[in-house]
Amino acid sequence: MLIRIRRDGFDEPSGSDITPRAAYLQRRAWLKALAGGAAGTALAGWAARDALAQSRPGKLAPLAAGKSTVAGAMTMEKTTDYADVTSYNNFYEFGTGKGDPARRAHAMKTQPWSVDVEGLVHKPGRIGLDDLLKLGAMEERIYRLRCVEGWSMVIPWIGYSLSALIQRVQPQGNARYVEFVTRMDEQAMPGLRTPGFDWPYTEALRLDEAMHPLTLLAFGMYGEVLPHQNGAPLRLVVPWKYGFKSIKSVVKLRFVEQQPRTLWQKIGADEYGFYSNVNPDVDHPRWSQATERRIGEDGLFSRKRKTLMFNGYEAQVGQLYAGMDLRKHF
Amino acid sequence: MSASSILLHPAAKPLVFALCLLPVAWLAWGAAAGGLGANPAEALIRGLGDWTLRLLCLTLAVTPLRVRARLPALARYRRMLGLFTFFYACLHLLSYGWLDMGLQVADIGHDILKRPFILVGFVGWLLLVPLAATSFNRAVRALGARQWLALHRLVYAIAPLALLHFFWMRAGKNDFAEVAVYGIVIGALLLERLQRHFQAKSRASA
Repeated sequence: MLIRIRRDGFDEPSGSDITPRAAYLQRRAWLKALAGGAAGTALAGWAARDALAQSRPGKLAPLAAGKSTVAGAMTMEKTTDYADVTSYNNFYEFGTGKGDPARRAHAMKTQPWSVDVEGLVHKPGRIGLDDLLKLGAMEERIYRLRCVEGWSMVIPWIGYSLSALIQRVQPQGNARYVEFVTRMDEQAMPGLRTPGFDWPYTEALRLDEAMHPLTLLAFGMYGEVLPHQNGAPLRLVVPWKYGFKSIKSVVKLRFVEQQPRTLWQKIGADEYGFYSNVNPDVDHPRWSQATERRIGEDGLFSRKRKTLMFNGYEAQVGQLYAGMDLRKHF
Repeated sequence: MSASSILLHPAAKPLVFALCLLPVAWLAWGAAAGGLGANPAEALIRGLGDWTLRLLCLTLAVTPLRVRARLPALARYRRMLGLFTFFYACLHLLSYGWLDMGLQVADIGHDILKRPFILVGFVGWLLLVPLAATSFNRAVRALGARQWLALHRLVYAIAPLALLHFFWMRAGKNDFAEVAVYGIVIGALLLERLQRHFQAKSRASA
């Protein structure tokens, strides 16, 4: 079946509206040069706007990265404050309150750390964090993040496409899905005692979704390594899906033939589907998904913004779902 | 000073009134000063909902406390606490309608009809309206004490609706710890009344 996509030309920029990358880089170079010269102080703030990697929060170890050239990887939207991104988190192993992860996640040990690769691959095994850090060139990517709860952020991540890791472990021909598992640390994670959850946290992607260049294996954000509450030392970021698909603190990848059941599917298959693509037309049973609140935007009375199909990454990922009924496969 | 003389002190009622205003003052201050965290709208809506539930529990606790602790002076506070419950419920509804729905009446109506969890909360608020509207002395006289009492027993339906609204909200997180606390309090306060009702019945028939 053909999926019709409504466009009124208002929500999303059309191709011709987008400034070519070369052009805006040139503009910024010009601004920077100007800021350094006579107009110095007046334009310094402007120039600083694009110096994201340099103006890091200074809380954790720096992680150097070049700007990504992957299509769609650099939204020009204003990034969310680091303080909000690190204090408003869902990481249920540390509690269901938004402030629990920031308060408790420091107790999780992130060294030593390794990732086990299992299942239908030619090169299974354990890969240490140091090797993973060197596996691909670190890129900065500024992604929109849309939570299923109806809020959103804009975050500058650092990492490389997950496809680099997948290519290295060489999936076998019959591998169709990748399952991801999060760290389970009984001592540091009081949330593991919360009844009603089938720990450890697991998520999964279809292999073609996992191979998509936008699917990021992230090691840092805002020019630094990841804070624990945001999924240290490495996590997934799948920008066109609801946030819970972007699994944190990954310890295992398992390549399988059958579609795995994820933690959230086990809790409520009618509320949390396998795909969980951001979709303004398919509501959560208890709230609308048509709009979202951008965290930190314009104060209390700012209007919510319209949610974009595939979180605005439709041009890049729409073809992955061609012919699928996204109401059924939500 | 005995408990009863404290309750009857001329400054006691204004003090309780001021105490009931503290949460909204604190939330308003937080919203103005940026102290409500990364998502102030959500913190405000939920905070006002929490305080509606708390004041509802307090209101329901007045009569059993009055009887069991033999403190008839507590009766002076029941109407005020009930009206504060309505006040917080109104602010909760207003903050949802404004901050979440942008005061779009059509959107709000659609949301209420479509989502059971919102519907239940809205019905709870609707049922509070006649209680608040008949809370003054002349209304009691106009209705007659019997009818007035019968009408105000609506609160026994409102409390479970409020609890269900809260339960559904938390169901997504599978986090029922707080729901259980309110459930136990509201359950105990309603059971106490059932018990008294049956005791009175058996006494009447004996």
